[in-house]
Amino acid sequence: MTALVTIEGLTKRFPKQAEPALRSVSTQIRSGHIVGLVGPDGSGKTTFLRLIAGLLRPDEGGIDVGGFDPVANAKEVRARIAYMPQRFGLYEDLSVEENLNLYADLRGLVGSARKATFERLLDFTGLAPFTGRLAGALSGGMKQKLGLACALVVTPELLLLDEPSVGVDPISRRELWRMVSRLTDEGITVVWATAYLDEAEKCETVLVLSEGDLIFDGRPTDLAARVAGRVFLIEGIEGDRRYVLNRARQHEAVMDGTIQASHVRLLLNENARALSLASIGAGDEARLKPVAPRFEDAFIDLIGGGFRAESPFAGGSQRSHDIAIAVEARGLTRMFGSFTAASEISFDVRRGEVFGLIGPNGAGKSTTFKMLSGLLKPTSGEARIAGVDLRTAASEARARLGYMAQKFSLYGDLSTMQNLRFFARVYGLTGARQRLMIERMIDSFALTDKLNENSAQLPLGFKQRLSLACAVMHEPDVLFLDEPTSGVDPRTRREFWAHINAMVTNGVTVIVTTHFLDEAEYCDRAALIYRGQMIALGTPAELKAQAASSTMPNPTFEDAFIALVEKNEAETSP
Amino acid sequence: MSFSRFAAIMRKETRQAIRDPSTLMIAGLLPIMLIFLFGYAVSFDPRQFSVGVVVEQPTGETESFVASLRNTRYFEIETAPVRKDFETLMAAGELDAIIILPQDFSAIALRGEAAPIQILVDGGDPNTAGLVGSYIELLVINWLEQEWLDRGQPPLAPLVSIEPRVWFNAEISSRNYLVPGSVAIILTIIGALLTALVVAREWERGTMEALLATPVGPLELLLGKLVPYFVLGLGSFMLSVFVAVAFFGVPFRGSFFALSLAAALFMLCSLGQGLLISTLTRNQLVAAQVAVMLAFLPAFYFSNFVFELDSMPLALQLFSYAIPARFLVSTLQTQFLAGNVWAVLLPDLAALAIFAIVIFAICALFTRTRLD
Repeated sequence: MTALVTIEGLTKRFPKQAEPALRSVSTQIRSGHIVGLVGPDGSGKTTFLRLIAGLLRPDEGGIDVGGFDPVANAKEVRARIAYMPQRFGLYEDLSVEENLNLYADLRGLVGSARKATFERLLDFTGLAPFTGRLAGALSGGMKQKLGLACALVVTPELLLLDEPSVGVDPISRRELWRMVSRLTDEGITVVWATAYLDEAEKCETVLVLSEGDLIFDGRPTDLAARVAGRVFLIEGIEGDRRYVLNRARQHEAVMDGTIQASHVRLLLNENARALSLASIGAGDEARLKPVAPRFEDAFIDLIGGGFRAESPFAGGSQRSHDIAIAVEARGLTRMFGSFTAASEISFDVRRGEVFGLIGPNGAGKSTTFKMLSGLLKPTSGEARIAGVDLRTAASEARARLGYMAQKFSLYGDLSTMQNLRFFARVYGLTGARQRLMIERMIDSFALTDKLNENSAQLPLGFKQRLSLACAVMHEPDVLFLDEPTSGVDPRTRREFWAHINAMVTNGVTVIVTTHFLDEAEYCDRAALIYRGQMIALGTPAELKAQAASSTMPNPTFEDAFIALVEKNEAETSP
Repeated sequence: MSFSRFAAIMRKETRQAIRDPSTLMIAGLLPIMLIFLFGYAVSFDPRQFSVGVVVEQPTGETESFVASLRNTRYFEIETAPVRKDFETLMAAGELDAIIILPQDFSAIALRGEAAPIQILVDGGDPNTAGLVGSYIELLVINWLEQEWLDRGQPPLAPLVSIEPRVWFNAEISSRNYLVPGSVAIILTIIGALLTALVVAREWERGTMEALLATPVGPLELLLGKLVPYFVLGLGSFMLSVFVAVAFFGVPFRGSFFALSLAAALFMLCSLGQGLLISTLTRNQLVAAQVAVMLAFLPAFYFSNFVFELDSMPLALQLFSYAIPARFLVSTLQTQFLAGNVWAVLLPDLAALAIFAIVIFAICALFTRTRLD
C-alpha cells in the first residue's frame, strides 16, 4: 500500500486565536483505505480537510496529495479529490438533476459518459425517482446522498467527507456508511470526519484530534486494546446508581465512569485493578462484570480520563415538590402549515427524574420541548409544569423552570459576568442573594478566568457552561436542556452529566434532548421521537430489551433505536 | 478559463435568479417604485406662495396693485391694515412673504419715483426666499409700467429688452431632468443589490466551499455570476427609460444606442461594486446594508442628479470624479434633453469604461479560490 497523502509537521493558525487550529500534525493516508478523522467540535477536523483540499494555506509544514502540493498545484489536486463540506454544498433552489449537472459541468463530465455516470449515481443513491425535486425539499438523508453523488460525478482518488452524518437519522447514517464502504472497494480513498466516536470504530484507520493535536494515528482496534481488560459494568446496584457513579468517579482506581441504563460503566486505571464495590456504596448484590471496550473508553483514556471531581451541585438544597408528577404532556401536537412537526405526544415525567427526548435532528424533539417549556403554543393538546397549565399560567410555570437553548442564546456582546447578572435579574434575584448565586455559579463552572471576556469569544465548552449556569441560577424545579452536549468534547460531556446527576439527586427534574443516542443511557426514562411521532417510551433497559433479538442479543442504544423505527414502520405501513 | 465551466456557473446563477422572488423584485419592481418616487415626490418647480399684503391706506392704486398680485398664479394673497398679525403668521411658517404698502404709496408711486414698498421674506428657506423676492420685484415693475400706460404717461423706456427663451427644457420642468437623472441612481442601487447577495449567499449556505473544491477558476466564477445579472440590470434600465418617456413624457432626443452603451458600462461598474462588497463581507445582511450605503449615498450626492456639483467646495467636486454615477447622469441628461452630444458622450463613455475595468480588476484580485 502506498501513501496517497503525506502530511509533515502541519500547523495552521487563525488570526485572533491564541491556540493554533492544528499543531504540527504528521501522518500518511494510504490509498484504498477509509480513514476516520475523529474529534470533538473545534478539534481541527474541518481545518485538516480544508488544508488537504487546498482551501486553506498551511502556516508550517507541507502536504503532498499524489505528488502535488494542494496550494501551489491547486488545479491538479482539485481534479483528483472530491470534497463534501458540512451541509453538503448543495444549491437548495436547484433540483437534484440541476445540482448534478452543475458539478458535472464544473468537472468536465460530458456526453454519454455523463449519462452513464448519472444513471449509476442515481441508482447507487436511490435518488432516481426524485431528479426533478428541489434539493431544499429533500430530507436530511437524501440531501446527504445527493451531496455525495455531486462529489462523485467524476470518480476521485480521494474523497473528503466533513461530518456527513450530522443531522441525519441513524438509518440514513448506516446506509451512507455502506455506500462509502463500497467506494473503497473501487479503490477510492476516503477521509470521513466525525464527532461520533462509534463511527470511528468501523474505520480501517483513525486519526484522533484533540484541540489541534493528533493524539492517535492507527487502527481503532489498537486503540481499544489500550484499555482492554479495564472496562467494567457494575451490575445489580442497590439504591441510586447516580450516587454510586458519583462515588466511583472520585475513586483513585477509576479513570472514567458513566451511567449505562441501570448499570454504571467504569474505566479503571492501568495499575489499580482492584476496586472494592463496598467502598463506593454499590450494595451487597453488586458485581463487576468485564465488558468489551468501546472507542470512547479508549478516547477518554487517551485524553487522561474523564471528569472526576465532585460536582459543586452535590449536596445542594433539596427541592420539595408537593406533586409527584413534574411535567405532563397530553396529546401535544404542533403543525407548521401542513407539516406536522409533532403529533399526539403524551407522557409524564416524575419528580427527580432524568427524562430524555431522543431522536435524530428534525424528528420533532425541539418542537415537543418548546411546547413543554411554554415557548411554543401547541396546535392541540396541553402541557403542565408542576400541575400548572402553561396556557393559563405561563409565567407562573416559567418561574419554576430553567431552560438551556440548543444554540448559544446568551448575549455575545456582553461579558460572562454581565450575562450572569442579566439573567439573575431576569429571574428576580436581587441584592445579597443575587451576589451569592452568581458567586456560586462562577465557582461551580470554573468561570473565574473568563469573567470579563465577551461571551461570543469564549471557547465552546465555556459557552455551554455559561448557558447552563444562566439556566440553573434561580434553582428551578424543572430543568429543560436542549442538546446541552451537542458539539462538546467527551470530557466536558461527562462534567455536564455530573452536574445534571447531582441536581437530580437534589430533587430537580431534568428533561433533556439529545441526538447522541448513547446519552439516552444516562436517562431514567426516554421517549424515542421519530418523524414527529413518539415511537417508544420506557427505561433504557426496557427499550433495548424491546429491540433485542436472537441475532442481536445485546443491542446498543443505536441498534435499539433503528430496530424500533423499523418495527414502527412495518406496523404503520399497510 | 474554460467556457463550459463559465457556462455552468452562468446557467446555475440564471436559474437561481429566476427562482428567487427577491431578485425579480429588485430588478422589476424597485426601478418602477424609485422612478415614480423621483418623478412625483421630488420637484424644484415653484409652488404657490402665501403672501400677506399690508395696506396702510387703501386707495385706487393699492387696490389695483393687489389685484395685479392676485392675477398671477403664483400667489395666494391676504390683506390687512397692520402688519402685526402677519408677522406672527410668518413666524409660524404660514406666510412666505409680507408686502407693506405705506400710507403715501399712491402719492409717491404716481410722482414717478421709486415705489416705496417694503418686502419681508422668510429667509428660513433661502431658495424660496430668493424666488419670492424676485417674483415680487418683477411684478412691481410690471404694475408700474401698466399704471403709467393707463394714465397715458410714457413708460420709462427700458434700455435693454429681455426676451427669455429656454432651451432643452422648454417647460422648465424639473421633472424633465430629475427623471433621467434618477435612472442613474436606480441602476446604482439595483446593480449593487443584485450582486451584493450572490457571493455572500454562497458563503452563508456553505456552497462556496464545495464550489471552490472543484477546478473552477476565479474568472469563470466572476463572469458566470456577472452575466445573468448584467442582462437583468439592462432590463431594468430599459424599463426605467420606457417609464420615463411613456409615462412622465420626458422628451428623448438622443440616440438610444449611445445611451444603452453608457448604461451597459455603468451597469458593469455597479454590478462589480456589488460583487466586491459581497466577496469581502461574506454575509448577506451586511452586504446589502453596505451596498445601499456605499453605492447609493455617493451616487445620490455627487452625481449632479439633485445637488449641483458646481456649487460644492472644490474638494467635493474633485471627489465626485471618483463616482461613476456622475458620468452617467451627464450622459442621461444630455441624451434625454439635448440629443447626441459627442463632446459629452465620449468622455463619459471613456470614464465609465475605465471604472468598469478598475472595479473588475479589484474584484478579480479579491476572488480567491481559497478560504483564507
